[in-house]
Amino acid sequence: MKILIAGGGKVGAALTRQLSAEGYDLTLIDNNPEVLASTVNQYDVMAVEGNCAAMDVLKEAGVEDADLLIAATSADEVNLLCCLTAHALNKKLHTIARIRNPEYSNQVYLMRGAFALSMNVNPEKQAAREMLRLLQYPGFLHRETFAKGRVAIVEPRLDVNSPLKDPPLSQLPDIVKCRVLVCTVVRDGMASAPSGDFVLKEGDRIYVTAPNDTLAALLRNLNIISRPVKRVMLCGAGRISYYLADLLIKSGLEVKIVERDYTACRKISELLPRATVIQGDASRQATLENEGLPEYDALVSLTGLDELNMVISMIGSDLKVPHVITKLGHMESTPILNSLPIGSIVYPKELCSNTIVRYVRALKNQTGAAVAVHSIAEGQAEAVEFLVDKDTKYCGVPLKDLNIKKNVLVVCIGHGADIEIPNGNSSFQEGDTLILVTNGDHIIYSLNDIFQD
Amino acid sequence: MNYKMIGKFISRVLAIEAAFMIVPLLIGLVDGSRADTLAFVWAILLTAAGSALLGLLCRHETSRFQARDGLVCVGVSWIAMSIFGCLPFFLGGSIPNFVDALFEIVSGFTTTGASILPEVESLSRCILYWRSFSHWVGGMGVLVFLLGITSPGVRGSGFTMHLLRAESPGPDVGKLVPHMRDTAKILYLIYIGLTLLNILFLKLGGMGTFEALCTAFGTAGTGGFGIKNDSIGGYSPYIQNVCTVFMLLFGINFSCYFLLLAGHIKEVFKDEELRCYLGMVLLSTGLIAFNIRGMYETVEETIRHAAFQVASIVTTTGFATTDFDLWPSFSKTILLCLMFVGACAGSTGGGMKVGRLLLIFKNLRRSIHRFISPNQVQVVRNNDRVISEEVLNNTNAYLAAYGILIIASFIVVSWDGYGIATNFSAVVSCFNNIGPGLEAVGPTCNFGGYSILSKLVLILDMLAGRLEIFPILVLFSRRTWKR
Repeated sequence: MKILIAGGGKVGAALTRQLSAEGYDLTLIDNNPEVLASTVNQYDVMAVEGNCAAMDVLKEAGVEDADLLIAATSADEVNLLCCLTAHALNKKLHTIARIRNPEYSNQVYLMRGAFALSMNVNPEKQAAREMLRLLQYPGFLHRETFAKGRVAIVEPRLDVNSPLKDPPLSQLPDIVKCRVLVCTVVRDGMASAPSGDFVLKEGDRIYVTAPNDTLAALLRNLNIISRPVKRVMLCGAGRISYYLADLLIKSGLEVKIVERDYTACRKISELLPRATVIQGDASRQATLENEGLPEYDALVSLTGLDELNMVISMIGSDLKVPHVITKLGHMESTPILNSLPIGSIVYPKELCSNTIVRYVRALKNQTGAAVAVHSIAEGQAEAVEFLVDKDTKYCGVPLKDLNIKKNVLVVCIGHGADIEIPNGNSSFQEGDTLILVTNGDHIIYSLNDIFQD
Repeated sequence: MNYKMIGKFISRVLAIEAAFMIVPLLIGLVDGSRADTLAFVWAILLTAAGSALLGLLCRHETSRFQARDGLVCVGVSWIAMSIFGCLPFFLGGSIPNFVDALFEIVSGFTTTGASILPEVESLSRCILYWRSFSHWVGGMGVLVFLLGITSPGVRGSGFTMHLLRAESPGPDVGKLVPHMRDTAKILYLIYIGLTLLNILFLKLGGMGTFEALCTAFGTAGTGGFGIKNDSIGGYSPYIQNVCTVFMLLFGINFSCYFLLLAGHIKEVFKDEELRCYLGMVLLSTGLIAFNIRGMYETVEETIRHAAFQVASIVTTTGFATTDFDLWPSFSKTILLCLMFVGACAGSTGGGMKVGRLLLIFKNLRRSIHRFISPNQVQVVRNNDRVISEEVLNNTNAYLAAYGILIIASFIVVSWDGYGIATNFSAVVSCFNNIGPGLEAVGPTCNFGGYSILSKLVLILDMLAGRLEIFPILVLFSRRTWKR
């Protein structure tokens, strides 16, 4: 499949990495030759220099026989024009545009029709939703939901007093007294599927699949005590802050936004009448303490500088704020970052590129494609949701009799509203939802890929 | 430096080389030439063993590969390939001296066509085939071949770009399609297609299959090893003309053929480099034909010889139909100048490349404009495309390295006592991968008389010329081997 990516910024780079690893024919368009040179030296892709909204440049990039265009330049308007021009040159082209200006968020559906977009993505809004999900269950460092929100894969916040310290992981369901399954363990930065007799060491992290209604019990029985979050402090008044504050206020939480720049303060307070906006330097501990940070339930660092966000989050952790979230815009997720006291980390570009990768895979195999794809454990593992259809092999056969590929784990079977955490005797039927976790490099495009034939 | 990854690549290159040696082995078996067949058996075994050993040592490689690794990988691959490739000559006794054998195979792989053999007709067919086939392999490059057949790289596969850049000639190397594997495949398919076409045309002229194969290999790689002592001179005018046309075709940038196949005919004919190349060929042919008028019986013959020699030199092939060393000075000077120019970038030809010269001239013109009006901002364009300053700087650096290396080699080679014209043309001819020079190394003579030291220098010159200097130069930089 031929894919054009316009704009080699944060999202563009993340997409190039993911999609070139999956073997698509990629062409990157950017007007900065340095960006192009470094991309071409790293990945097996083609580069075209120029303005992606210009017809000649699009033609040179081969838009006429391309299948998909992803416009992810820094300007929404350029993205829209790029998609519009490309669509005029190739009627069969699928187009995805990044539209992230909050002022356009109400007219997205209108624009999708007018500009013939197949999909629009908004990394900031996605990041805000992700952060909201985390704040709803503050005991988890990560939380991805599947099967229309009925199942979650979570990373519980383990500490020294965790009851999981000594017994092997296979006893976890007995300890937490509910149906759960450990799908991935991360030790020394390496993710793998755990065996039943795996015993946790200090510093290990685990990802657990659990039905949504058991999450509270899971937290309670793991001795992770957390009060519901009532008051949240946001540092930085960018787009994510706006989207997140809006969501939080709508769920009835109290929000305070700290931002250094006066105009940005003005603007966000105009947009959000119910938020408290403070003009101040969030990188100074005194400012945060004056604004009463120690009494807050959560701190979210959302400035434009990754380094500053990490410092702010460290101050928050030091002041014993129960829940800290750090946004990292530029940095790639690495194991090193997880060892810092900066709470949960959210990477907007990864969220966005995951969404697009899912769309690309669905485009590749029209039927039987994944319903949801989430990367977990810093991208080392992937959780994928599939619908069992009439083409799926081995319906009704117990899992223990199936020859499933190494490193692929069936972590959940959804029979309609009924969620089953599977064991060897479980089986699936047409119409069921399957959630799989793969630890390792290979990619599952359709459900039948998991069987070793 | 990622030694293991480099080792793995060299191991694969040697494996491919061993596979390539099987065909001459079969020819040897059919002909029953015992000594040479046995030499090929040993050469295949040794090459395969070398490949296996390296492969075993470099099993656990990581795929981190930098520009430096790419350059070193290409440079060392070519040297390793040459050392193993000369074994059939050496072991079979056709060339008893190892340095001579090495010179012969390097001359083959680098598509130079300079020989140390006074006559070739007494050689067995398997040796002749291997000599000519080395041109074909070297023309497009063995690493490009490797990139075309290896499985698509999964992670960080952009490193293959460093290899393509280091092995493909031209100032600004790019891919034709997004995937490296497909790019390499397209290049080789065009190459194979043109070679087959060449064989077909030669066959139509009544040439035998074996001779047509060897001549086509020599033409396709723009190499120049003949299988007759008088090169192409003894063949019919038709065959000579076929050779002229195909030499010129193989001297054209292969991306032009890709554009033609993709239906962008207009762009191809607007290509500045192609126009300049064809114009230069026509002009030189005309000047030389005028200059040598009266030396041959008919006008047709005069033009045929002039065109053949011009095509042979400008594409750096090195075939000959007549002894141009007997031509007047003016014609010889034009040929000597054409030696420097070479063919188009991205072709199988050597030399400085028409495209690079165009850039150098345009850059020079800009420098002159800057002297006249210092504040003028001007960009250098090629085919309406702006050329980045980095490419221009590299082109200038190439020119400097080119000049220095030629002068240095010239000085070393002069020790052997030949005349200035001989020595200079020998160095220029080897560096630009042409083959014959003037006077004592002219089209009817050979390089056998040079000392071992001069031969080694010329071997390095040929490699440096084929790989566009830097992959060989970095091997001599102390910084390359530092951590």
